[in-house]
Parts: sequence; C-alpha cells; structure tokens
Amino acid sequence: MTKTTLNVNQQRYELNLLPWVSLLDALREHLKLTGTKKGCDHGQCGACTIICDGKRILSCMTLAVMKNDSEITTIEGISDGESLHPIQQAFIDHDAFQCGYCTPGQICSAIGMLKEGHAHTREEVQELMSGNICRCGANVGIIDAIMQVKDGGTHE
Amino acid sequence: MNNFEYKQATNIHDALDLVNQKPDAVFIAGGTNLIDLWKYDLTHPSQLIDINHIPENDEISIQKDGKIRLGAAVKNADTAYHPLIEQKYPLLSRAILAGASAQIRNMASNGGNLLQRTRCYYFYDPDVPCNKRNPGSGCPAKAGYNRIHAILGTSDACIAVFPSDMCIALAALDATVNVSGPNGNRSIPFASFHRLPDNRPDLDNTLEQGEIITSIDLPQDDFSENYSYLKLRDRHSYAFALVSVATAFKLNGNTIELARIALGGVAHKPWRNIEAEEFLKNKEANAENFSAAADMILKGAKGFGHNDFKISLAKKAIIRNGLMALNPSSQLPGAQPSA
Repeated sequence: MTKTTLNVNQQRYELNLLPWVSLLDALREHLKLTGTKKGCDHGQCGACTIICDGKRILSCMTLAVMKNDSEITTIEGISDGESLHPIQQAFIDHDAFQCGYCTPGQICSAIGMLKEGHAHTREEVQELMSGNICRCGANVGIIDAIMQVKDGGTHE
Repeated sequence: MNNFEYKQATNIHDALDLVNQKPDAVFIAGGTNLIDLWKYDLTHPSQLIDINHIPENDEISIQKDGKIRLGAAVKNADTAYHPLIEQKYPLLSRAILAGASAQIRNMASNGGNLLQRTRCYYFYDPDVPCNKRNPGSGCPAKAGYNRIHAILGTSDACIAVFPSDMCIALAALDATVNVSGPNGNRSIPFASFHRLPDNRPDLDNTLEQGEIITSIDLPQDDFSENYSYLKLRDRHSYAFALVSVATAFKLNGNTIELARIALGGVAHKPWRNIEAEEFLKNKEANAENFSAAADMILKGAKGFGHNDFKISLAKKAIIRNGLMALNPSSQLPGAQPSA
C-alpha cells in the first residue's frame, strides 16, 4: 500500500492505495465520486477526463499514486453550489447530450480547453475536443455549447 | 494484468540505480502507452520507476551552442505550445499537435513519445502470433488485414509501423537523443535511434538495457520559414497516420538549398531518404521535382494487399506537402483541407 493524498474538489483525502489503482478507480471506488465515467478504460474515449493541476487528463490512464498531492477537479466540483458552471448551463441550452455518459468528460475537457486558451475558432474547438467521443451524435450541440461560453467569455 | 511495485526517482542516478537493481523494472513518465500495454497484459513490469520528479529532465532550455534542448519529461503539449518551439521549430509544434488528443498530449512525455510501441492490431492481440510480442511465433499481418502496415523497410518477421507524429518532425530536423546509462552518457543521432525490424522486431530502438532518455537536442537549422507536416488518416482528428510527411526546405528564391523529407506511417521507423534530399538540392521547388524525389523515396516500396494504396498515397502526400511547405502560413494542424 502506498499512502497517497489526493486533493479533490478542494477536499483533502488520505488514501492507502495499491500502486496499480488508476486515478479513475480511486475516484469512483474509493471516494465514491462516480460522476467521472469509465468508458473504454484505454484512453480512447475521453469519458474519464478530469482536471489535474490545471490540465485536463485521462484518469483511466493515470495511476493514483503518481498524483500524490495534486489538485484534482471532477464534474462534482465545477458548479458553485447549486449554481451551474456556465458550461453546464450551455450544455442544457444546446441539448448537448443524449444518454449523458460522455457528458462529465466532455464538460471537464471543455473547461480545461478554454483554460488552456489555444482554441480560437470553431474548427480549433472541434480539433481540441476530439479526445472526447460522443456515440449518440450530440457533437454539434456540444460544440455549440462550448462556443457560446467561449464567445461569451464566461468560462473563468 | 500483473501487480507491480512503485518507486519514485528524484534524480538520474536514482533512476539508474533502481533499474540496475531490478532489470525488469520499467520507467514511467506519462504512462499513456505503458498503462495501456499493461492493461492489455502485453507488458509485465515487476516495478514502475516514476521519472516525473527529475527536475533537470523537465525543462526546455537553450544550450551554450545555441541548440534547443527538450527535457525528456516535458509534456508533449508543453513542448508544442512553448514559445521557442512555436517560433523556431513550427514543424515540430505542428507535428506534435497532429498526434493523439489534447488530454493525451497533456500527459505524454517527450521521451515516452520516442518509446511508444506500434499499434499493429496483431501485436495487441495476445491470442495470435506476433514476432514483436513473442519472437519467433510468426507474423499474421503479412497475409492478414494489413491496411495500416508498412510499405518500406519491412522484413519477413514484421511489417508493423512506428506510430509517432512528433518523431517524424524530429527525424526531419536531425535531432539528437541524449541518454544516460550504466556506462555513462551518450548521444544518439535521431536516424539511428529507431531501427528497422530485420529479424529482431521485438527491438523498436537502439537503447540498451538500463538506459534512460534524458533529453532531445534540436540543431540550429530550424526550418522556420518553409515547412509543413501533412497527416493523412481515416478521420480528421485523433487517429494514427496512414501516411504522414514532414517536409522542410531552405530556399533561395524558388531554388532549394536544403531539403528534408521524413515519412510516418510507412515503416518501422521515421523514414528518410538522403539520396532524394540530395537530388532536390539546387533544383526548383516545384511539383515535378517533388514527384521525382517521391519516386526515389518510394523505390522498392511493397504493399501487402490491403495497404497497397499507401504507395500512391505517399507519393501524392510528398508532392502536396512539398507545395504546402512553400506557403506555411496557410496550414492548419494536421491535414489542410483540399483547395
């Protein structure tokens, strides 16, 4: 067992973890934060995207013990109490999901992308969101939602 | 999947000592390929040595001789968006951004990019033979479904391709790989870092047991004026290359003074042909000469059925990317839409 401290959504957790536990399983199975989804578990679908030390990463391809002391934000930590994050509201406004399974990853990825600041056009947003797959085909709504927040400048 | 121990190295000596004590230990940086291989039960490390906490490997710096040094632990995204790289080595920046997804580029390290393994589906399927995974067992890809496989430098033992985009640009730029090992430090020219399969497809590169990549040096020739990275794939983003081309020129007017052309998706390593690059010297930069160079590069190319199309695709890609390199301002990351 390796003693691991994870700071998730501004709460500090001390965990004793075996080294092969993924960050995704630590969040879901140990901390019961099941908003982050396990899709492919192989880094292909983006459903497990979380924000770690300011960068969006895939929690399924990350060992939890390697993120000792990191600052992690999951879908559970992005709203301000009952007040939705602008990206969450925009997803509702644009009907940006159907089954909803990819949505937590899409939203965390979108927040990370806007923070990174490299997407300027719709095409660049599409390119930089390509790591999040939506099998229902809500992609047009997803990009519309992100563009609304990006152009409205309400992502800070 | 096997269990493993986990250790952190905080300096290079630590890392080398740890791997020396346990020869089947494996270094982990981003883990984007290693964790996947481990989950598929294709690699069985007894111990992972975390090399993300070695400060000297985690920076991009200018050396005394003017070379730019990329730390092995620096993330692919941080490299691609670094102002020095964007300005001086835009070919490298574009190639990195054509690869993987934003999340993976945030995780994957520069050293790890060089060490990623093939995406040959037979390599990933433990129920079938594969000379790369299990030497001597055979290669089902040759007579199988080989649409993504190699057309150049293949051997009877293996027709897998090396999947990196970043490394195609590093090959074109003539980068150098700096490594540390039990016998000290050495520098490996990029062209000698990866290898062709021959009869040892289990070996992807020329690193020796216990060696670790510490950094990658970029020569002063930055080709920041005329360059292009063209990646052709089944979907517009987040897919491996069927064929990719990194092209860089030094031009005098429309005359080529220096040409570099490296191909991805076609061989077991980034593919360059010095003869073709020499041929282009002092020639006009036009489609006719690019076509002649493409014929030289693709001489001896051999398809295996499903991948025959790559030979003509590669020729067209070399010509088109040569023309795109004349006007880099119009390029997007990845493939430029056809006019």
